[in-house]
Amino acid sequence: MPLNNYEYFLLMPQIIIGVGIVLSVLIEIYTKKSEQILPWFSIAIFFATAFYSVFNINQNFVLFGGMIEVGGKPAIFNFIFNIGAALVVLSSIDYLKKYGTYFGEYYILIQSSVLGMMVMSGAKDILMIFMGLELMSICFYVLAGINRKKFSANEASLKYFLLGAFTTGFIVYGIALIYGATGTTSIQNLVENFVGYSSNIIFILGMILFLIGFSFKIATVPFHMWVPDVYQGSATTVTSLMSTTGKAAAFSVLIIILSAVFSFNAPNVFSPYFATISALSMLFGSIVAISQNNLKRMLAYSSIAHAGYMAIGLAAGNIFSVAGIIFYLAAYAFMNIGAFTVISIVEGENDSRTDLNSFAGLNAKSPILAATMALFMFALAGIPPLAGFFGKYYVFIAAIQSKLTWLAILGVLSSVISVYFYIRVVVFMYFKDATEDFKINISPYSLIAVVITALLILVFGILPDTLMNVITSVLH
Amino acid sequence: MDQNLLLTYLLLTPIIGSVLVLFFKQEQKQLIRWFGLAISLIAFVISLIIYFGFDQTNSQFQFIHQVTWIKSLNISYHVGVDGISLLLVLLTTFLTPLTLLSTWKAIEKNVKMFTFSMLFLEVGMLGVFISLDIFLFYIFWEAMLIPMYFIIGIWGGERKIYAAVKFFIFTMFGSLLMLVAIIWLAVYASSLLGHFTTNLIELYKVGPTIPHEIQSWMFGAFFLSFAIKVPLFPLHTWLPDAHVEAPTAGSVILAGVLLKMGTYGLIRFCLPLFPQSAVNFAPVISVLAVIGIIYGALVSMVQTDMKKLVAYSSVSHLGFVVLGIFAMTVESVQGAVIQMVNHGLSTGALFLLVGVLYERTHHREISFYGGIAKLVPLYSTVLMIAMLSSIGLPGLNGFIGEFLILIGSFKSAVLNSWWFTIFAASGVIFAAVYMLWMYQRVVFGEVKNEELKHELTDMNLREMIVIVPIFIFIIWIGVYPSTFLKLTEASTQSILQQVGSYTINLFK
Repeated sequence: MPLNNYEYFLLMPQIIIGVGIVLSVLIEIYTKKSEQILPWFSIAIFFATAFYSVFNINQNFVLFGGMIEVGGKPAIFNFIFNIGAALVVLSSIDYLKKYGTYFGEYYILIQSSVLGMMVMSGAKDILMIFMGLELMSICFYVLAGINRKKFSANEASLKYFLLGAFTTGFIVYGIALIYGATGTTSIQNLVENFVGYSSNIIFILGMILFLIGFSFKIATVPFHMWVPDVYQGSATTVTSLMSTTGKAAAFSVLIIILSAVFSFNAPNVFSPYFATISALSMLFGSIVAISQNNLKRMLAYSSIAHAGYMAIGLAAGNIFSVAGIIFYLAAYAFMNIGAFTVISIVEGENDSRTDLNSFAGLNAKSPILAATMALFMFALAGIPPLAGFFGKYYVFIAAIQSKLTWLAILGVLSSVISVYFYIRVVVFMYFKDATEDFKINISPYSLIAVVITALLILVFGILPDTLMNVITSVLH
Repeated sequence: MDQNLLLTYLLLTPIIGSVLVLFFKQEQKQLIRWFGLAISLIAFVISLIIYFGFDQTNSQFQFIHQVTWIKSLNISYHVGVDGISLLLVLLTTFLTPLTLLSTWKAIEKNVKMFTFSMLFLEVGMLGVFISLDIFLFYIFWEAMLIPMYFIIGIWGGERKIYAAVKFFIFTMFGSLLMLVAIIWLAVYASSLLGHFTTNLIELYKVGPTIPHEIQSWMFGAFFLSFAIKVPLFPLHTWLPDAHVEAPTAGSVILAGVLLKMGTYGLIRFCLPLFPQSAVNFAPVISVLAVIGIIYGALVSMVQTDMKKLVAYSSVSHLGFVVLGIFAMTVESVQGAVIQMVNHGLSTGALFLLVGVLYERTHHREISFYGGIAKLVPLYSTVLMIAMLSSIGLPGLNGFIGEFLILIGSFKSAVLNSWWFTIFAASGVIFAAVYMLWMYQRVVFGEVKNEELKHELTDMNLREMIVIVPIFIFIIWIGVYPSTFLKLTEASTQSILQQVGSYTINLFK
């Protein structure tokens, strides 16, 4: 058991972000140039946190009387959240001007949401999970409607808020029932007595409600209704944050709450539940995405499908599947941030130019944007050797190890369906001539973000071990 | 120089080449063309060095190079060749420079990206033929889709988008089911060997021990993927579209090498990994192959578009190959391998020659032509040779392959019936019908179209340089096939040995 002062030292990542938020508020209040300072300050904070987490990945402790875990698995999640957020901030710098809005709050809210995610991924108590979740979600509700003058953004924000509040109801009710059945909110206790609790109907009911709540957050069918409108209506950079790091945070909670199953081989009583939502999400997401002409909406449905693939890992419920899910989340985060950043570059004022037609002939206008977008699309479609393929590969292995071959087969079938709409983007960019005449102002910052994500996808695709070794080392 | 690194050098050459192409300027078209040609010629030279260093009496894999790649899954970069794959490697490296050379005039748009795609495609094709790790094989198998997709989609004809997307989705459908089977196989191997593995040589021992019913499903998943690629009737519908819409270079590579990946997969994976199922399903598959032979020939007969005619003739020819593989005799499998090469050469030549006409007149309909013998005598002669080779005239390559397959299937212990041979042989006759009829309508008679007199010019030097090397091999295989048969003999026997040791005696 570490000393008390040492506990604060270990909690440094959360503290850095926390102090960063306070400083950002001060910068916003007291300087006139906050527009120039804040983004770079946020990026510095995120990088500091990410690298501090990674370098102390082996310092795996549970702090504050079993409340929060540091190092190990949470460290990897912290890395994903922070690098993801840093890339999103980088791509926001010029986007916000074009989007017609600049508020210092934007960056502060992103920092706060990341803090929420970090609390979630490290939680060792159900109440910590809830706290982190609310911190993240409330920031997202505001971020979704950051442009208050725009109708679609308001709609997105309100829709997200109402459904989010509804979800919170499920989760709180679930927590109450779990507490009622077990008399504690400690995850540790849950893990140790999972098998015993599993025969308690109240506990199972509470867990199901809790899982349903998080099924909303990871955007799986039938709890996906908010996704398309919110993803389309929000600012593109906000969407890229919500759809990647937000999803990763929700998955980290599901892994924590089921850690008895994953790490201690308890029987996976919830496997049928996850198998069902996974199968529905994969098929629904892939099929409906085919008919979308708006790229943001298409990626929203693709995000539902990807949540389905990752849920295969939850259904499989072995130690390998956790590694698979984390790898998938990292890969997905970079693919999606990359794709949304390209969209944010092409996007014009007032939400214009997010349709497929605007991407026609992109190769002639900007070969680098077209090439990277094609890379993201192929990666999302799961073509080897790109990172997205290995994400799928790992969860499929987990599924087959757990004798869920049928789920893996459904997975590949929906992958085939999804290939259609991903390569349709490539068709427009390369095979068709431009129909709309406009010039793209490529923001250098956004372009850097795109190139970084593209490189990461290539590296994780060609040398998946670079990431996988880190993940497996903390799981054992 | 370490011999075992040769295959890696072979693979690296087009990889480095394709990356370097990106550094050229878009306007330096001629330079890029020469560069692409040079790179593909270097690859050809390396493959020749491998050929001369290859021990033909040895049935084992040679030039093996293994480096751990993904440790967590025990996947390694593991390459090597036996006689069969070496022959196909040679076919690939031989056709790629010729194809590149053939496009010098036809491709004017975005030469840089075209050369990049072609070299990238070569990497994929070579990788498929030399991988000894199933997972590595799968990576190349899939990665090769992307350049082909671009080649059809960017430089293709009117309905290029439809054809490109159809090609992509058909192939993807099959290969993803194969992916599930690959994972299942590796997981099964881990229960047997104690470690997760995708090493092909280890899996050869694992595959035959899979319980019967599951093995059938595994076989089915692999077979479906390969059968789509071959393409076997009734999964062939993507082929005519892809061929007709693809640019000439795309068609040549598609017919010459890509389709061979399917039949190669059948020999390398389906037969030795799942011998019991392969023998069980052999009669059914052979029926489909024979239907393909006759159907392809009959449909060719009624085509009005020359390219489509050649495309459907591929369905027919590949039917022979599949029949040869599943007859499982030494003659028929060797015949099938030779037939793969033959088809690559003669159909490749036919597509090139149709391309030559199309470049000049922008017409491919048979009815547009007529009487061109008087206008372009050299071209007419060249076309005649390519056509006769495709028909299977004795003395040219096509005959050897078809003959061996027919003999093999006649005495096959697995098929155990003459009917396959009898019906398949009719395909040879039909081939003569549709080819000669097409030739007659295009080349002989009066000049129908006045336009032709202005537009049509005879073969130029560059086109002859492309076509002559192909003819050399067409005649070489036809007259002295032992050069090539010897190369594949030991490997073929070893594969049949593997199948036979788990099922029935295949050597009568």
